[in-house]
Amino acid sequence: MLVLAFGLAGCGADSGEAPAPPPRLPEPMEVAFDEAGRPLEAALARTQVIHRGNGEEPQTLDPHLAEGVPSANILRDLFEGLTTTAPDGRIVPGAARHWDISRDGLTYTFYLDPQARWSNGEPLTAQDFVWSWQRAVAPATGASNSRMLAPVLHAEAIFSGELEPEALGVTALSDTTFQVQLADPTPYFLGLLTHPTTYPVWRPSLEAFGASHVRPGNLVSNGAFVLSDWQVRSRIELSRNEHYREADAVVVERVVYYSFEDENTEFNRFRAGDLHWTYQVPSGQFSWLERNMGEALMVAPWFGTYFFSFNLTREPFKEDLALRRALTLAIDRNILTERVSRFGEIPTFNLIPPGLPDYVPPVPEWADLSQAEREQEARRLYRQAGYGPDRALSVELRYNTSENHRKIAVAVAAMWKQVLGVRTRLVNEEFRVFLQNRAQRRVTQIFRAGWIGDYQDAFTFLELFHSGHGRNDAGYDNPRYDRLLERIASERIAASRRNLMAEAERMILADQVILPVYTYVSKRLVDPRLQGWQENVMDHHLTRHMFLVKAKSSVEPSEEVGDGD
Amino acid sequence: MLNYSLRRLGSAVPTLFLLITFAFFLIRVAPGGPFDSERALPPEIEANLAAKYHLDEPLVVQYARYLWQMVRGDLGPSFHYLDWSVNDLIAQGAPVSFALGLAALVLALAIGVVVGAWAALRQNRPTDYTVMSIAMVGISIPNFVMAPLLILVFAVMLGWLPAGGWAFSFDRMVLPVITLALPMIAYIARITRGSMIEVLHSSYIRTVRAKGMPEKEVILRHALKPALLPVISYLGPAAAAILTGSVVVERIFTIPGIGSYFVQGALNRDYTLVMGVVILYGVLIILFNFLVDLLYAWLDPRIRYDEGGTET
Repeated sequence: MLVLAFGLAGCGADSGEAPAPPPRLPEPMEVAFDEAGRPLEAALARTQVIHRGNGEEPQTLDPHLAEGVPSANILRDLFEGLTTTAPDGRIVPGAARHWDISRDGLTYTFYLDPQARWSNGEPLTAQDFVWSWQRAVAPATGASNSRMLAPVLHAEAIFSGELEPEALGVTALSDTTFQVQLADPTPYFLGLLTHPTTYPVWRPSLEAFGASHVRPGNLVSNGAFVLSDWQVRSRIELSRNEHYREADAVVVERVVYYSFEDENTEFNRFRAGDLHWTYQVPSGQFSWLERNMGEALMVAPWFGTYFFSFNLTREPFKEDLALRRALTLAIDRNILTERVSRFGEIPTFNLIPPGLPDYVPPVPEWADLSQAEREQEARRLYRQAGYGPDRALSVELRYNTSENHRKIAVAVAAMWKQVLGVRTRLVNEEFRVFLQNRAQRRVTQIFRAGWIGDYQDAFTFLELFHSGHGRNDAGYDNPRYDRLLERIASERIAASRRNLMAEAERMILADQVILPVYTYVSKRLVDPRLQGWQENVMDHHLTRHMFLVKAKSSVEPSEEVGDGD
Repeated sequence: MLNYSLRRLGSAVPTLFLLITFAFFLIRVAPGGPFDSERALPPEIEANLAAKYHLDEPLVVQYARYLWQMVRGDLGPSFHYLDWSVNDLIAQGAPVSFALGLAALVLALAIGVVVGAWAALRQNRPTDYTVMSIAMVGISIPNFVMAPLLILVFAVMLGWLPAGGWAFSFDRMVLPVITLALPMIAYIARITRGSMIEVLHSSYIRTVRAKGMPEKEVILRHALKPALLPVISYLGPAAAAILTGSVVVERIFTIPGIGSYFVQGALNRDYTLVMGVVILYGVLIILFNFLVDLLYAWLDPRIRYDEGGTET
């Protein structure tokens, strides 16, 4: 990897100040659109096959069992929920053409698109949704994300085994009318419906094939594409679903997802012209990429926060707000993002990332100070906590194995040392060991965390710190905070709910449960000929919106790429 | 010979049994479980998952269940790749790893033996030093350096070969096979050279030379065969290792072989998958060591197994 980095640096630096961009990035033709918003034939590439790098091999393509971004990317192409996302990330009608929400916000009635079909041509019905949702919440299914459906009436009781899955608050009023009763008004409910856990699954296939119902040939889906080939840890190929309700608007004929275990390998495949879209970019090469592949490098804010968390149940951080605050103020986030992580990440003092349509994160007062002032305050608090040159704090900073985490941890430790004189021991752990230690709260002191929002609402971050939440590894136990969360859950007026959420975030920041570092960015390389997609904060990019444009020169390398494997 | 083979087969069973037992309990000692994730599962669901995969039973019961399944040829469901069984995953990955490994093995053997013998014949001359220095470099350069270099030159800069991806085709196999074969070529060349020199200095070679046999005959008929013995004993375990894939090569060239399962399986706490590949590796080691012994007997007339002769 080191050699590769040198090689790249060499390519860029040899030819003087402005090296010519690599010849393999073709310039796209201008595209015109018809009234329906469909791109006109003239500029479209002859072969519409898209090759997308997609990170790790998905654990499964069963929408209810799947976890993680790679599988969600594929599932959004294969299936469609009641709602779906537009290229810019807006929630728009999906399998449901429209819906009514009752005044109390507790009853949602969805009217399915009469055109909605399964990939075998059978009509998609409200009963399909009823059965699928009951399956998703049934403990026997073991759905990892079943909590997505927690707002639905009786879901909690079904999770805990008190009620049968059939008790779930969903009803098929007719073949095309699907009604959902919620336990609490959930303003973000429509957004949840883009999540794979809420997708319908084809019952006969499941009953006939069991665990192998998602193999090519067995899988029946209702999205814009169908599964046509799957070679484990190599490629997953989807073809256009002729029965999709908007099949006419889908330009792409096939999309091939490739799994990669190594970011440099994916990058090489992109450079060699085998991919139109990468899942990530090699870390530590931002400036080279910006100089040489600027037109392909896409960086945008993402709905996630990188932070460290304090273990509040044990010394030295238990009951020591001043110390936690001192450590938080002592680090220089600008140096961390500009010199260490270096991918345009956004320094933050907040838990909840910016970019939500109806939420403004409260800015803590120390965010407005200069770094020098923050460090001065940090030293004051550090002394107040009883530490100083003759009694330095010794602390363990724990993180899971990753080059970026290591670099950040080293830098943070250096900053603490420089500003406060803290002695930090870095502890690197393999991911599952790390998770277990975090959850047990016995050996942790301060540890890396990070969270990517599941749905477009601040609550997805706030609920993590409920005293009963399974991932509350900080051990934050504040009855006032718990009550606040309960009030947010039952609040019906949008403005009051917004205020309550801001209050909750203020509480987390004031109690210094976490040490926020930066807002994540999504970063990838995209062939300039691949169009129709837009950056959006949830980082959802459905292939059905995309299309390939001809290159300005007559040669079209894309027509021969990677199809052989 | 048949007697000997049967005896060897008989001793393979307890060896495998020990291996399975050891691997089974060792992987479960690792902290964390297959269904741990950053997202906490509701306890009821966790309990159901544990029940579904029998993880809630006492370890000894799980072990007995596993052995019973395995005897019937079922390696169980993968705990990580939920849509596939371990049998599926190995059936998909093993042919890929075998094809690559076999190609690398043949290439390494052909080049390594020729180069090694050639260097031995020019012992302590510039050719010898050059060839052996190159071999030393070949052993020293790790494949995670060699592979990206090859990709950078032949795929990205020259565009002659694909940068990765898999198909049973010549162009996609070239770079990974070279990467796999290079260190092996170097090893084999060094071993061949060493033992060839030893053989060339032995008294019976002096005798055949003194009898006036042409040098070509001396080398090919009399020297090379015994000189290959150490190469053969190296090849036994090496073949088992290379046929079960290489984590690094698979990662860098995105090859869906089974090498990654040894590492990824352990990281994912995919107990059954790790067991599956470990058993496969164990079987191959035993098999190849057995083949090596048979080859020994064929190459060296002094070794006869069923006649109370010396076993090496």
